[in-house]
Amino acid sequence: MLSIKNLHASVGGTEILKGLTLDVPAGEVHAIMGPNGAGKSTLSYVLTGREGYEVTKGSATLDGEDLLALAANERAARGVFLSFQYPLEIPGVPALTFIRTALNAQRKARGEPEVAAPAFLKLAREKAAALKIDFDMLKRALNVGFSGGEKKRMEILQMAMLEPRFLILDETDSGLDIDALKIVSEGVNALRSPERGMLVITHYQRLLDHIRPDRVHVLSAGRIVASGGPELALELEREGYDKYARAA
Amino acid sequence: MSLATAIKLGDPTQLPSRRDEDWRWTDLRGLIRQIPPSAEWAEVGEGGPFAAIEAEEFVVSNGHIEGWNAVVSEGPADIARLRVVATEASSNPATVFVTVRAGTSLLLLETYEALADGALTNVALEVEVQAGGRLERVVLAADGPDSVTVSTAKVALGEGAIFAQTVLTSGARRQRLETQVAHPGAFASVRMDGAYLLADKRHADITTVVTHQGVDGTTEQLVKGVVNDQARGVFQGRIVVAHGADRTDARMGHHALILSDKAEVDAKPELLINADDVACAHGNTVGALDEEAIFYARQRGIPEAEARAMLTLAFVEEVIDRIGHDGAREIARAWAHRQLGASDGL
Repeated sequence: MLSIKNLHASVGGTEILKGLTLDVPAGEVHAIMGPNGAGKSTLSYVLTGREGYEVTKGSATLDGEDLLALAANERAARGVFLSFQYPLEIPGVPALTFIRTALNAQRKARGEPEVAAPAFLKLAREKAAALKIDFDMLKRALNVGFSGGEKKRMEILQMAMLEPRFLILDETDSGLDIDALKIVSEGVNALRSPERGMLVITHYQRLLDHIRPDRVHVLSAGRIVASGGPELALELEREGYDKYARAA
Repeated sequence: MSLATAIKLGDPTQLPSRRDEDWRWTDLRGLIRQIPPSAEWAEVGEGGPFAAIEAEEFVVSNGHIEGWNAVVSEGPADIARLRVVATEASSNPATVFVTVRAGTSLLLLETYEALADGALTNVALEVEVQAGGRLERVVLAADGPDSVTVSTAKVALGEGAIFAQTVLTSGARRQRLETQVAHPGAFASVRMDGAYLLADKRHADITTVVTHQGVDGTTEQLVKGVVNDQARGVFQGRIVVAHGADRTDARMGHHALILSDKAEVDAKPELLINADDVACAHGNTVGALDEEAIFYARQRGIPEAEARAMLTLAFVEEVIDRIGHDGAREIARAWAHRQLGASDGL
């Protein structure tokens, strides 16, 4: 599925990723943990094609296809989805309109027919109900005036509607209270499948109680410095990142 | 200095220029070397941009009006089309009277269709909305790129009158759409919206003055602009609250998107408040599209050009959505779609 090899990337001339290597096979959930400034968000932006992030060396492929050669929207159409740490407000564009535009743009890029409005609305109603999102909220401009928790739920709703093949969750737990965390986690877990891979980026172990990872990696100073099973997350929670910061 | 005097005397030195404070961003003197001659009435086909809405039609053709130069409402739901057309490189001065009788309602669909290069059009509207009357004025200025148009509407309102205006323009070589409202307070309400969507080398100037003369009046204003290429948008909004016009509620917003390095927006929002007990606010922003929002939309699969068009259109639609008449609103929306699709980068 996702294969990253010796990835180096810079922002504004400063190297942030310094030889990152990582494999996430289909069907697995991998967590990336690390201290602030380790390069966690940079990794998510490099994988999704944000401008201003320059890859200087290495590769990132999804099922063998070179992701780095594709435009951001082409990567999305191939099934890469990023749940943003800080979802953007889209003034004037109702959430339903936005999601339908995105879904049909992706389908068009894949040569699939557009989804008609009635089928789309039915799907949106079902998925919103599962995430305890009031359907009327989807008629409002996306994320404008929404609370932090509402924005995160809206990210998961988009994920559920777009059905990506590879999910990147960037600090999805930040700003969530325990109830919202449960709803969001259930939404993510419902998307776990043998065909799908997930990369869960988080600073804290808390999210991983709800979204159980198959593997945990420690990112420090732009490299993976340790990998292990779920027990590694618990160790980090207990002992902190100090020893890895020194190792880097 | 005025365009009317310059046309009357055939003297370009009478044109308003950069030295006139209210005209400094819409200089006519520096643009027009010679006042063109007048032309004859020319027949134009019925309809125009609002053809789909059934209405009585009034046409100002090359400055001439056939019949009576007055629109008078008589019923609860009158609709009139006022079309200002120029087919020649001529001077086209005209005056039109609009009267909304007490307790009646008029939808005025006003269009500017100066398609001839070099046309110089000057329209004065004298508008009266009597007590309890209601006027919705929707202006669609679809002039050609090499015409010059100045339209000045003077609006007098009676007690409890409702005046709602939306001015939409794609600009011209130089164009000014001005509205001056004498607001009596007295539970009359005013909405003064507008949108300028400009590309190439076009220019548009939306100027408004609302003078609150008595207690208990409201004014709300939302004007938005999108300028691309080397276009220039001008917004001058002035709300005056006279001494003693207490309990006035006036809100003004002007927001513009600049989509090109060479495009320009000049804005002068003014609240001149001489009363104590008032609620007045204004907001003015000029900026570019939010690049982070563009990336967000692209991450969801929306191609860049489509993402930009979607966000730009959404920005403008806030103004369109406030148009009261369903048919006029949808024609305005379709116009905005076309306008924003027509230019590179939009």
